[in-house]
Amino acid sequence: MQALVVAAHGSHLNPDASDPTYAHADTVRETGAFDEVREAFWKEEPHFREVIRTLESDEVFVVPLFISEGYFTEQVIPRELRLEDWDPEKWDSDGTDASQVTLEATDVGKTIHYCGPVGTHDAMTDVIVQRAESVTEDPDVGDGVGLAVVGHGTERNENSAKAIEYHADRIRERERFDEVKALFMDEEPEVDDVTDFFESDDVVVVPLFVADGYHTQEDIPEDMGLTEDYRLGWDVPAEVDGHRIWYAGAVGTEGLMADVLLERAADAGAELGDAVERVRAMTAGSDGAATDESEPKAGD
Amino acid sequence: MADSLPDHESLLAAAEEGVDFDGFVLERTDDGTYALETPEARETTLEEGELERALESIPAFVSNWRYWDAIGGEGTARRTFLRWCERAPIADATTEGQTLGDEPLEVPERHDALEEGIVREWGQLRIAVRLADGGEGERRYELRHVDDADRAREELERREDPRDARELSTYDEEGRYRPLKTAPTLRSGWVLPDLTGRALVEAVDFFYPATIANWHRERRGELDVDHWLETAERQTGIYDVIDELPREAVDWMAEACCVDSQCLRRREWEYDDDDALEAPGGDGPFPCREPCSLVVAAARKWAILESEAERTYELELTTSELNQLAELIDAVADGRTDEIREADVNDGANRYRARYLRAKRFDENGGLEATKRE
Repeated sequence: MQALVVAAHGSHLNPDASDPTYAHADTVRETGAFDEVREAFWKEEPHFREVIRTLESDEVFVVPLFISEGYFTEQVIPRELRLEDWDPEKWDSDGTDASQVTLEATDVGKTIHYCGPVGTHDAMTDVIVQRAESVTEDPDVGDGVGLAVVGHGTERNENSAKAIEYHADRIRERERFDEVKALFMDEEPEVDDVTDFFESDDVVVVPLFVADGYHTQEDIPEDMGLTEDYRLGWDVPAEVDGHRIWYAGAVGTEGLMADVLLERAADAGAELGDAVERVRAMTAGSDGAATDESEPKAGD
Repeated sequence: MADSLPDHESLLAAAEEGVDFDGFVLERTDDGTYALETPEARETTLEEGELERALESIPAFVSNWRYWDAIGGEGTARRTFLRWCERAPIADATTEGQTLGDEPLEVPERHDALEEGIVREWGQLRIAVRLADGGEGERRYELRHVDDADRAREELERREDPRDARELSTYDEEGRYRPLKTAPTLRSGWVLPDLTGRALVEAVDFFYPATIANWHRERRGELDVDHWLETAERQTGIYDVIDELPREAVDWMAEACCVDSQCLRRREWEYDDDDALEAPGGDGPFPCREPCSLVVAAARKWAILESEAERTYELELTTSELNQLAELIDAVADGRTDEIREADVNDGANRYRARYLRAKRFDENGGLEATKRE
């Protein structure tokens, strides 16, 4: 038997923080690829500490639903799971290429395949692009359009910015969008000045965050000038300094994120059959709200 | 995953190895005949046809074997919990440090009780198990809030999917977020009427995550308790400070957060292995094996607050006003403020009484007018 554990942050204060975790776990459940699928959290229950013991499977794939390699993926999760012999060196990563390490959880004697975070997997690039398609309701979005991939960024952890730049570079190489930039909340180049960085009239802004919350629903929309006050909401697209800003909200709510969970587990040796193909079919264009044909498309 | 019940052929196949389960013994002997035994009778040298008639005369034993053979998972928490639900004997139970509750029921008494339905309580959950229609031995589980025990099923909001437990357990009756799943604030008014064993366990795992697993470990004498000190010393980052919380503050914290009125888990962790906390651990069926993330987060706040030096202040209050401060703290600590009637000015925590005290005793900075004594 094999199990998937989706390890996420969760929240003591915000009931919606875990919604994407449950949604993506449910998508994986529907495939039947794993005998058991569990959500686990730092701030909700089951806690990382107690999740493995709820499983009957001997082989467990743990995928952190986090954006970058850092404090949570390198210290908190392995410690709380009691992964003996864990050492971040075992990922042999320069910040974006952790794949997996096979270890034992000492409280239960099970084999744990501890995977890198979803945020740094190559498949995440596709999720960002699909997010841009969803928000513009245009499956071919790109021509004449700029794309900003936005991250938290922090001086304390250089990996935080690396993940954002990694995906921005990969999307740029595809030459689908006219311009692609990596922008940050807490370091240069800053998302506040988003329109300074683009020549395109239409700019799609995709924050690389796991869940919508304070940063994606309050901070970033106000900082970019989409709205005076987040409580009043904002238009999509919104006019800012002569540009049309298509603000996508957290990429982590995109249905295709479930695909990244599966890819992580597959890279670690999980037997998935045709689950990856099925998840891609199930989540293609998901989250794209009902299309109003009269709405202008980005780049039209 | 469906657990389909084994057929007659499967029972004969199992008899080759020998069946000995819940008082039902069936063996194939060397001469090719069968030996069948229950607590009431023993029959030997049964040919296949005779065996079939003999089995038909003890349907409770046969269907009981069929159901539990389908459930499988020998030694798992899932199987043990489902056994507990119908008060079946549990093989590996130890009696140390846990509540055994009612005496176990043997077949055929259990079979009769299952016709009526057997009820168990797990925190604020009420689990009723009964035999499904068809006489095969299949069980059906109904899950509802303990406060809804006497309500007709039709009056309750009907749910089918065990995953609905996530939504049902997210908000309390007043619509407030419940960050602690085992807080005694589960809302009532719903029913999951028709669950399989697996679906029941899935639903309970969403209502009260990991409680079945830890209860099972405790029954086997394998509960791995992490006391306060170990848990505090393990923390890093912003929680690194919590091991500085003074010894007596940990007592106050347990009394504030971990008693039955606040959390249904039974606290098994102490300050340290040989240093027990004063507050009662609680009476719930499932144990708490280490301080939870809410306690850790609150402990950080208290560790910072307790690092402040105590000072002596002078402030003017009447005796009644001093008592009123105590009443206000009590009302908030007991979550009673919503119950205080609008015009009940005899209650010190009444809103008008509090507003009056504020108007009289607060200074222009919006705090109590007090002087620090040097």
